[in-house]
Amino acid sequence: MALPSYATPLDRAWYVGFRVICAAVFAFLIVPILVIIPLGFNSEPYFTYPMPGFSLRWYEEFFNSPQWLLGLRNSIIVGFFATLVATVLGTLAALGLNRAEYPGKPAILAVLISPIIVPIVITAAGMYYFYSRIGLTGSLAGLVFAHATIGVPFVVITVSATLAGFDNNLVRAGASLGASPVRVFFKVTMPLILPGVVSGALFAFITSWDELVIAIFLATTEEHTLPRRMWSGIRELLSPTIMAVATLLILTSIALMVTMELLRRRTERLRGISG
Amino acid sequence: MTDSGQNRTGANEPLVRFENVQKTYDGEILVVKDLNLDIEQGEFLTLLGPSGSGKTTTLMMLAGFESTTHGDIILDGRSLRTVPPHKRDIGMVFQNYALFPHMTVYENLAFPLQCHNVPKSGQDRKIAAALAMVELTGFERRRPGQLSGGQQQRVALARALVFEPRIVLMDEPLGALDKKLREQMQIEMKHIHENVGLTFVYVTHDQSEALTMSNRIAVFDDGVIQQLDGPEELYERPKNAFVAQFIGENNRVNGTVRDISGDRCLVELPNGQTVKALPVNVGAAGEATTLSLRPEAIVLEPADGDGCDDTYPAIVREQIYMGDHTRVRVEACGQDDFVIKMPRGSGARSFELGQDIAIGWRSGDCRALDAA
Repeated sequence: MALPSYATPLDRAWYVGFRVICAAVFAFLIVPILVIIPLGFNSEPYFTYPMPGFSLRWYEEFFNSPQWLLGLRNSIIVGFFATLVATVLGTLAALGLNRAEYPGKPAILAVLISPIIVPIVITAAGMYYFYSRIGLTGSLAGLVFAHATIGVPFVVITVSATLAGFDNNLVRAGASLGASPVRVFFKVTMPLILPGVVSGALFAFITSWDELVIAIFLATTEEHTLPRRMWSGIRELLSPTIMAVATLLILTSIALMVTMELLRRRTERLRGISG
Repeated sequence: MTDSGQNRTGANEPLVRFENVQKTYDGEILVVKDLNLDIEQGEFLTLLGPSGSGKTTTLMMLAGFESTTHGDIILDGRSLRTVPPHKRDIGMVFQNYALFPHMTVYENLAFPLQCHNVPKSGQDRKIAAALAMVELTGFERRRPGQLSGGQQQRVALARALVFEPRIVLMDEPLGALDKKLREQMQIEMKHIHENVGLTFVYVTHDQSEALTMSNRIAVFDDGVIQQLDGPEELYERPKNAFVAQFIGENNRVNGTVRDISGDRCLVELPNGQTVKALPVNVGAAGEATTLSLRPEAIVLEPADGDGCDDTYPAIVREQIYMGDHTRVRVEACGQDDFVIKMPRGSGARSFELGQDIAIGWRSGDCRALDAA
């Protein structure tokens, strides 16, 4: 990427400017995340640099607090089941949407994608009114369904992207070789669209993992997830425990992303060189 | 037209019978029009035709991937109307191979055997035999992405044969290969067919491919079988102008029938010349006809021993050296695109461009067909 010898002054200016812009983009993305990590290790309950000393007391507080542990437990349960529901439904929807043309297909797609287009406050308020009518507010099941709803679009999009490169003759070949449609799905279609399904599931989980607005509307204290618990903490008693929790959330997300990416690469390699 | 008219005994029932099959996708245009076709046990039948002629649709209806709009397909005496594709016991080879990319060659071949509940020991034996047949022994652990196009097509063929289906269907399987490999694969497929004794139904638009491999060829155009015959019959004795034009090279001359007497008719050309021809597909005197003459049936400067009934004046316009023969384009019979193949050898000679010569042919080689 060195400059060629024929570069004009404008080229040189842009060469530097481009790097400055890139650095700024990364700084704005990463610095806000990085600054909170050390604060979780502060020995004093203040949010100022320089820190007077290093301590693990806020992590201790987190793991000794029944409220925080309940939040962790709720986040894991809701995240797991919401991901499961969103992945199954989203994959089936993507398969249906990628069949031959039929009337109403764009409308169905628009409805399925709407949760990531409609402002989340509106979705959450609407869910609150609808779920309270059918008795789903104040229950983990309600949160699971709500988070599954906003996770489905990601699965539909990622699986559809994988299906775009899927050769339908493989399904026909499977049938001609004597495999029932169910067998073709599990032996042929599913292994080949797995990378899309896995990415979609990852997005669905992370969406649920850091979702706050719906949790504010639907969850009572018993169903508080980690973000909801943090929200209460920020408003009531600002303690570095929140920074410790935030650090744990960030690490979980990064760990998930890395694991899933490794899994996805492995599957893609298994699909063969030409894919 | 669909039945070449052989007498069948009751014991020799066809393996597949298309009965008055019609197909339309949009409810208006018939892609396949009233198809009646018998496929014999063990034969290599090719469905040949230009794109849009209905040949692939016919194959897909037999495989079960398209429904019939009207009529029925009988396999082994049983209607296929209510049989889903995976229960038809019909192997298929696709143009793009359709190998499962996430499975090894071995797993691809094991797939149909597992579907048919073949025990593991039997699987190993059959897979080894099938790979030996397509000369890919030792490739078991490879994935399709690690094979060349020709090797992938062999695997696809082995996969369609390994479970010994009642029929093997092939949809332009050699279309993606280069010319040399294609010709080599044609011969191999012909040998494999002879060795395994299964029934092959093959779709192609390539007439030389059809002539090389087939026992019988059904020439499709416009949703109708134009002629169903063996390769030699089809090339030597086309029944209409479409078949004559589609199979091999062909000089077409339009004219009007003046007289039909016995096995010869007299045709008048637009420039006033008259030609003796074999009446194949002509109406009464006064009707229009297309004369069909193969380039290799025309004799340049005919001598007495060549058996030509008449000679016609011609002017040499072009000569192209093709190695084993020379193509001579002449102006004759009122047309300037009359092509003659002059084989390399003792009879070959060289002409000047613009030279006046005589050409002739046996009247039996000049076929009077329908006016197309």
